[in-house]
Amino acid sequence: MLDALRNARAAAALIVIAAIALAFVPLFSSGYVMSVFILLFANVALATAWSFFSGATRYISLATAAFFGIGIYVLAIAHVYVPVPVALIAAAIIGFLVALVVGLSTLRLRGVYFVVFTFGLTELIHQVLNWWEVKINHTVSRFIFTDVSNIAIYETLLVAALITIVGSWYVNQIRLGYALRAIGEDETVARHAGINTTRVKVVCFALSASVMAFVGAVLALRYPYVDASIAFNSTWSFQVLIAALLGGGGRAWGPAIGAIPLVLLSEYLAGTFPHHFSIALGLCFVVIVYFLPGGLTRLVLRLYHSWLVPQLKKAEVL
Amino acid sequence: MVLFEVFINGIILGGMYGLIALGLNLQYGVARILNLSYGEFFVGGAFTAFFTIMLWQYNPLLSLFISMPIAFAMNWLIYQYLMTPLIRRAPDQDALDADVVLVTFGLFFVFQGLALVYWSGDLRGYTFLSTPVNFLGATLAMNRLLALLGACLIAAVLFVILRRTRFGAALRAITIDPVAAGLVGIDVRRYSALAFAAGGALAAASGMLVSTFISFSATTGVAYTLKALIVVIMAGVGRVTGTLAAGVLLGVVEALGGYLIDPALTIAINFGLFMLILLLRPTGLFTRA
Repeated sequence: MLDALRNARAAAALIVIAAIALAFVPLFSSGYVMSVFILLFANVALATAWSFFSGATRYISLATAAFFGIGIYVLAIAHVYVPVPVALIAAAIIGFLVALVVGLSTLRLRGVYFVVFTFGLTELIHQVLNWWEVKINHTVSRFIFTDVSNIAIYETLLVAALITIVGSWYVNQIRLGYALRAIGEDETVARHAGINTTRVKVVCFALSASVMAFVGAVLALRYPYVDASIAFNSTWSFQVLIAALLGGGGRAWGPAIGAIPLVLLSEYLAGTFPHHFSIALGLCFVVIVYFLPGGLTRLVLRLYHSWLVPQLKKAEVL
Repeated sequence: MVLFEVFINGIILGGMYGLIALGLNLQYGVARILNLSYGEFFVGGAFTAFFTIMLWQYNPLLSLFISMPIAFAMNWLIYQYLMTPLIRRAPDQDALDADVVLVTFGLFFVFQGLALVYWSGDLRGYTFLSTPVNFLGATLAMNRLLALLGACLIAAVLFVILRRTRFGAALRAITIDPVAAGLVGIDVRRYSALAFAAGGALAAASGMLVSTFISFSATTGVAYTLKALIVVIMAGVGRVTGTLAAGVLLGVVEALGGYLIDPALTIAINFGLFMLILLLRPTGLFTRA
């Protein structure tokens, strides 16, 4: 118990130090480094939010791009009428509400059906929005005019990623988190144990969606214009899914660990060898499933316990 | 009269959807493996046909003798060496589904990446049997009719094998309950591998037939995987004639919707219909309750 407490304190201290260090990065770095970090924070927040619901319940969702895209569009439409912060909050709220409606109607689907449904949902919203823009508004894209600096975007996403990780950690400590994991273990048993499974699932799905919509809205500030194909690009859904699985579940910081190598790899490969990126991504999937079933989290924990702890004990730090 | 032509076109389109979905239904119905790299074998079949007519100047139908055995062998290997360890390890169907979705999706990325590297991302197409014919008063291209005939032929052969032979009875038993099938002495793993491989071969065949009238590229596979998946889920897992019927339903709704409402909305109509069916009848239209 004491040990666990010490671990938790050490982890908290580590996070605080890392956060403060990261918050000062913009002072020293070039525009390119900043943009990589922005992408990284966005992916960390998205993967953590995805894993918060899908990792725990094993409802594999491909609707990340749908909520992400909703966030982008809310910002693109709203920033003309209201201040940017209001538009960002509106994006999160609308993402939450849409997920509430979607969740109520679809969360009784299990397994592959849920996967395909969420993928279809993204495509459906994409197509209908595209049609609505072309037919009703006679346009294909929307311009985004804001004067938000890159530093502000950087700090906002850093805070968003931290809040998502800490929030996901916190929810795992309370009853809601236990209920969520119980559903992942066995939904029927969870229901018989008195858990209102529908309410738990829908609330958590909507929470995770609101983070996705918020991140989408913040990233939209960087785009000069958006259209439905940019906003509802399913690549986001897949990349987030891989990051979360590469990181592994069970720990709130797991998806973040997975997002880091993936973003760096895609930054490096996507620009120079786009086809090879897709091959590498595919091999990544296969390797995760066969050789890293617990993700990088398990690897890190194993290294920590079997190597770092003895080393530290030997050096009489612990 | 125009409406009738639209309707006939919908049927032809739907026959194509059914054709593409047949192999996937065999894979998912019997082997219980949802193969998300399915569409890549469709693309492989299409490219083989393309090279056969453009490069070697033979009848593209002959390409079936190359593409189907290769697809069969590759899918058999995938089942034996990639899927079997997962099946052994998985505690339940949900866990297996999650693993399989990831691995086959990874394969999809690998195959698509390789196709892009070696065949480039250009849109390909060729003309074959594009002579117009009169079909029930509507004018159609011969190659579309050929694809419809191919779909009906393949469905009929599958139906006869599944209903009339001992082999088919074993496959149906596995579809209903793989554990019980093993208990009565059916070699579940061997038969599942064969069904999975046959499904892959059908993907290649449908790719060849469809490539005679629709252009394709290295990246079109995923769209067909998705279409096939929609049809399979609409029809219900393991139903052969149902697959064709669901395909036709989808095709007709798409054609009529595009004509009556707006052509820009066809994909949306597709997904709308699919989601409606998924919500109302999650086990499919043609399964017994």
